[in-house]
Amino acid sequence: MVEIYNANPTVDAGHSAEHPADDPSRRDFIHIAAGAAAVGGVATLVWPLVDQMNPSGDTLALASIEFDLSKTVAGQQTVVKWRGKPVFVRNRTPAEIQAARRDDNAPMKDPQRDEDRVKEGKDQWLVLVGVCTHLGCVPNFGTGEYGGWFCPCHGSVYDTSGRIRKGPAPKNLEVPTYAFVSDTRIKIG
Amino acid sequence: MSGHSSYEPKTGIERWLDARLPIVRLAYDSVVAYPTPKNLNYWWTFGGILAVCLATQIITGVILAMHYVASADHAFNSVEHIMRDVNHGWMIRFIHANGASMFFLAVYVHIARGLYYGSYKAPREVLWILGCIIYLLMMATAFMGYVLPWGQMSFYGAVVITNLFSAFDGIIPGLGTAITTWLWGGFAVDAPTLNRFFSLHYLLPFMIAGVVGLHIWALHVPGNNNPTGVEVKSKEDTVPFHPYYTVKDGFAIVVFFILFAWFVFYAPDALGHADNYIPANPLQTPAHIVPEWYFLPFYAMLRAVPDKLMGVLVMFGSIALLFAVPWLDTSKVRSMRYRPTARWFFLIFVATVFFLGWCGGQLPDDVVIPVGRNELGQPTGFTVVWLSRILAVYYYAYFLVVLPLLGLMEKPLKVPDSISTPVLSGGGAALPAGAHASPEKKG
Repeated sequence: MVEIYNANPTVDAGHSAEHPADDPSRRDFIHIAAGAAAVGGVATLVWPLVDQMNPSGDTLALASIEFDLSKTVAGQQTVVKWRGKPVFVRNRTPAEIQAARRDDNAPMKDPQRDEDRVKEGKDQWLVLVGVCTHLGCVPNFGTGEYGGWFCPCHGSVYDTSGRIRKGPAPKNLEVPTYAFVSDTRIKIG
Repeated sequence: MSGHSSYEPKTGIERWLDARLPIVRLAYDSVVAYPTPKNLNYWWTFGGILAVCLATQIITGVILAMHYVASADHAFNSVEHIMRDVNHGWMIRFIHANGASMFFLAVYVHIARGLYYGSYKAPREVLWILGCIIYLLMMATAFMGYVLPWGQMSFYGAVVITNLFSAFDGIIPGLGTAITTWLWGGFAVDAPTLNRFFSLHYLLPFMIAGVVGLHIWALHVPGNNNPTGVEVKSKEDTVPFHPYYTVKDGFAIVVFFILFAWFVFYAPDALGHADNYIPANPLQTPAHIVPEWYFLPFYAMLRAVPDKLMGVLVMFGSIALLFAVPWLDTSKVRSMRYRPTARWFFLIFVATVFFLGWCGGQLPDDVVIPVGRNELGQPTGFTVVWLSRILAVYYYAYFLVVLPLLGLMEKPLKVPDSISTPVLSGGGAALPAGAHASPEKKG
């Protein structure tokens, strides 16, 4: 404890009689107020310096694209670039759809039914973000034991519905937000 | 930097400067008169080698930055421009690229030396932790530098490493995604990522240099450890840094740079990957991606765990463990020279790291020991991923089980009374007459 001695009691007499000069509550208040202002000030200053690294306005503006499905023949996929990432547009054969639906109840890490991953009545069109949910590599089309995709980086295997069946990836390939704008055109994003 | 200074300014200008900024005194006390244990072997020269590696990287790096263009559209071509058109550009780039490998080679020897001789033990814990921080900064710098040429391996290296943070989605959903988006400056590794990596790749080496300054400061307070692990007891145990260790370090640096030069001039791409001469393509991952050799042991541990979040934690944990080593090792004896059992565990540990590195370069499902064949005629049996698991368990066990328990259970050999005794009398006995003759008079 530091005792503060009132050097000039005549000037500060009334004050020191009622409240000792080292009134702790008054000093604490000043310390806390000054400290809070400093922390708030630093935080306000630091936030723009941190947030500048988040996506810029023009990056955010590139949010949706359209794609003409007639370019993709049955049994093949087209890879489109959307927001810097590959999007797989796969025209599935009836056998591939059947294989996916047959496994709807198979044990899976991230169980989901095939019909929940496509638009109603458009069973052959599977639209997926082509980014492995493990560490972001681009899985290869038509390889792996389920005939879906195989990720070359760490060996994740996806089926013909893009569901994770084997390997380290935790989730199914993501289905992006998309809509059919006509029978042969989709809008992704 | 510590203790009594023996610097005596000889000229007027030295006295004038010494009274205003004693910088010559600092240099004299640190690298000329600095008392150094007289028994340091060649494992101790890697500190000096590392200092030269850092200087080499900074000088060549600053030069490369004069010609490199940090832009997703131009980066790859500007590196080819350096290789083909810039005067001596090929040599400067190969020195810089191979210099990273040489830097890691030297730092691994340096770390292993510290682990073997117990250089992390009291009173050198802070010195050790500063070294761990330098190692972390080195890894970040090397990773971001590898991204800059913007080839296929650069790109997918950046994709995989930044995606490690997406594993935090497994703790708080959305947290990992927020971190990766922030790191990328977009929704994928792209032009903004390259620009910020260049900025940080230029910054971090200077931060390394700063921490190296602290590392040397923390070294000069307690002074060097030495192969016996016995603290310096008297002036008889030391020699001045110059000329004894300036010459010894200098010789080791020359030998090390012969190896360095061999890589630069005869096998400049041997440690790289051919796929990095293909420009980055965000739509096609190369069939087999591997990190640079110096990250392979950690990569093997990442792949050894089938769960994403756990794999990432095991990998980061393997490095975090190093920080705790001073408190995990319970042995009273510093140097493993006097710990015959610990020496074996250490040898197995070094072999484990080598084999983990080998595993990191293989495909996870490759078969190491074939047992049979499947219906397609491919060999089946003990795979790389299982080998990695066993090795990763030993890696962790070495730090968490062996170091704490062995220190309590083993019976170490007799430790000499001082650095001088084993040399001068074959162990422990009283010093023979004449042993005190100063070493510099013995030719």
